Amino acid sequence: MSSYLLRGVSVLGAAPTDLALVDGHISGTADSSAEVIDASGLVALPGLVDLHTHLREPGREDAETVETGSRAAALGGYTAVCAMANTSPVADTAGVVEQVWRLGREAGMVDVQPIGAVTVGLAGKQLAELGAMATSAAHVRIFSDDGFCVADPRLMRRALEYVKAFDGIIAQHAEEPRLTEGAQMHEGEVSTRLGLTGWPAVAEEAIIARDVLLAEHVGSRLHVCHVSTAGSVEVLRQAKARGVRVTAEVTPHHLLLTDELAASYNPVYKVNPPLRTASDVHALREALVEGVIDVVATDHAPHAVEDKECEWAYARPGMVGLETALPVVLSVLGERWDLIADRMSRTPARIAGLTGHGTDLSVGSPANLTLVDPSARRVVDPAELASRSRNTPYAGTTLPGRIVATFLRGVPTVLDGKAVK
Amino acid sequence: MIKHLRSAADLDAATATLILDTAGEMAALAGREVKKLPTLRGRTVVNLFYEDSTRTRISFEAAAKRLSADVINFSAKGSSVSKGESLKDTALTLQAMGADAVVIRHPASGAPHRLAQWVDGSVVNAGDGTHEHPTQALLDAYTMRSRLGRIDGLKVAIVGDVLHSRVARSNVLLLTTLGAEVTLVGPPTLIPVDIAAALSKTTKVSYDLDSVLPEMDVVMMLRVQTERMQDSYFPSAREYSRRYGLDGPRMRRLPEHAIVMHPGPMNRGMEITPEVADSSRSTIVEQVANGVSARMAVLYLLLGGKA
Repeated sequence: MSSYLLRGVSVLGAAPTDLALVDGHISGTADSSAEVIDASGLVALPGLVDLHTHLREPGREDAETVETGSRAAALGGYTAVCAMANTSPVADTAGVVEQVWRLGREAGMVDVQPIGAVTVGLAGKQLAELGAMATSAAHVRIFSDDGFCVADPRLMRRALEYVKAFDGIIAQHAEEPRLTEGAQMHEGEVSTRLGLTGWPAVAEEAIIARDVLLAEHVGSRLHVCHVSTAGSVEVLRQAKARGVRVTAEVTPHHLLLTDELAASYNPVYKVNPPLRTASDVHALREALVEGVIDVVATDHAPHAVEDKECEWAYARPGMVGLETALPVVLSVLGERWDLIADRMSRTPARIAGLTGHGTDLSVGSPANLTLVDPSARRVVDPAELASRSRNTPYAGTTLPGRIVATFLRGVPTVLDGKAVK
Repeated sequence: MIKHLRSAADLDAATATLILDTAGEMAALAGREVKKLPTLRGRTVVNLFYEDSTRTRISFEAAAKRLSADVINFSAKGSSVSKGESLKDTALTLQAMGADAVVIRHPASGAPHRLAQWVDGSVVNAGDGTHEHPTQALLDAYTMRSRLGRIDGLKVAIVGDVLHSRVARSNVLLLTTLGAEVTLVGPPTLIPVDIAAALSKTTKVSYDLDSVLPEMDVVMMLRVQTERMQDSYFPSAREYSRRYGLDGPRMRRLPEHAIVMHPGPMNRGMEITPEVADSSRSTIVEQVANGVSARMAVLYLLLGGKA
């Protein structure tokens, strides 16, 4: 087994120290055969964990595969990603989640933890075999119809109740479908000017309000995907104050970008939920710092060129995000390393039940970590992305921070800013 | 001169006035026996229509032909478009054929903006989704100016389904640029959110047609599709016309000089009664004639003609 000595590394911004990685764990001492890496000026974070990744395989391997998405994740500092269920076929059976899990193991660059669908075919009619997915080799704990909302309140109640048997969690894509028929962007001043059908904030807030009440009623765990509005933050704040077992995520793009970008009609800015207003962005940032929003999740959504190089209304929603997430969060939060580690590693690992991830970088812990050069600046070039798709909204933007190395159980997946395989 | 006309917001007051003045010169031509100018000889204008719109297409076609341009009509039906060709590929095809201007009608808002990124020629928006229809606003402004002598200071009510109306958006932008005061009237369900902030700070909103009519110089009635009923924007066609339709008694609440406009096609009996549509206040037929003049002016100026 390989061993590494990270010389002069700053763990979460602390004074420089040496960190030995031996046999997949952080060790007190390195042996003489250890490969020495000069890590002076670099900050070590526990390997990032993404609760919301679209890897597109099976079904849309032209947009992304488990392998290319894993590489993008490692380059972004991740050691684990949760793969969303809206593939083709849908990940609604033990067979499909095991396939994704196995592909992740074969790629070997991050731990790929499949998310199972809540309902058969994401159709919102009938529960998928949640128990079979939970007891499969993929060991599914998070279930989500992401892309679609589990809109039927009775079905949502049953799903929340049912997964209690195996400590599961329902991750809801909060979007009241009747309030967003034909919706193209945030409903407001800009949608009025552009003549694009609005996606009102209340369509998200109403579902979150309903779901926290349902979760409270049945005593289950609820996770809210990609929270995007100031009103949702208030609903979550109140629910948490009452002790409801709810957690929530925000995407990097909702922390940085606003609906004004739609004025170009360039669908690279089309995403679901849509980019909101500057005051929503402000509220989301505050909520993330406060902990009302628990984690940053990418909602990495690769799309083929032809699905974006078209009219706004015909384009598919979504943005790639794995390779830019940490730089965006750095630009938003600044170098608050412990906060970043909490929101991007410890808490998402805890929510997903990934016990080998999100642990402190202390002796005996699994050596899942990433090294960041906070002084570096990078101009985002879509052509340089490892993802198979190019739909980044940050093309030409200068972002702080460069991911220099990532280790998965002591083995480098990224060195010198390049993927090892 | 601007290169594209994608939105009425592309026009400042000076440019808009130049277009209206030029449209006046073009209109004078219509009275002649030979209604043709050699100005755009050898230039190619493509009418790229993804929606059926006979009146707008033939208006642009007449405008281009009176300026001696070569006109190619490219309609979505019976072309490669119906076989699933992308807008980009269609744009590259038109580019390769040397289109100097592309007039585009499209069901998706913003399609002209996308097209302008893929062709070198000028792009003229002939109606995109629920966004804009700037040449309609120009012909409406031209009609107002012809009838009432000015635009600055006019009080204009735009009545009906503002939410889905590209005509309304372009008119608000252009008319306020030219100094008119616009009031949007309709049921609250059909007035888009934050309209004043979105388009023009001076825009007013009213839900009560009767109360605004006595002050208006112009009332523009928008087409209301009865299908909106199914979507609960209003309870029934009958209730809609009772509250927001323009009939004889309502028309008589207008000042003596006020005019009634409609971009067509009308739903007689829904938003406007035959009595009003056929009255002397109605400019509906004039609007059609002025449409050709306004579009001639736009093509002439965009393609480098001098006023």
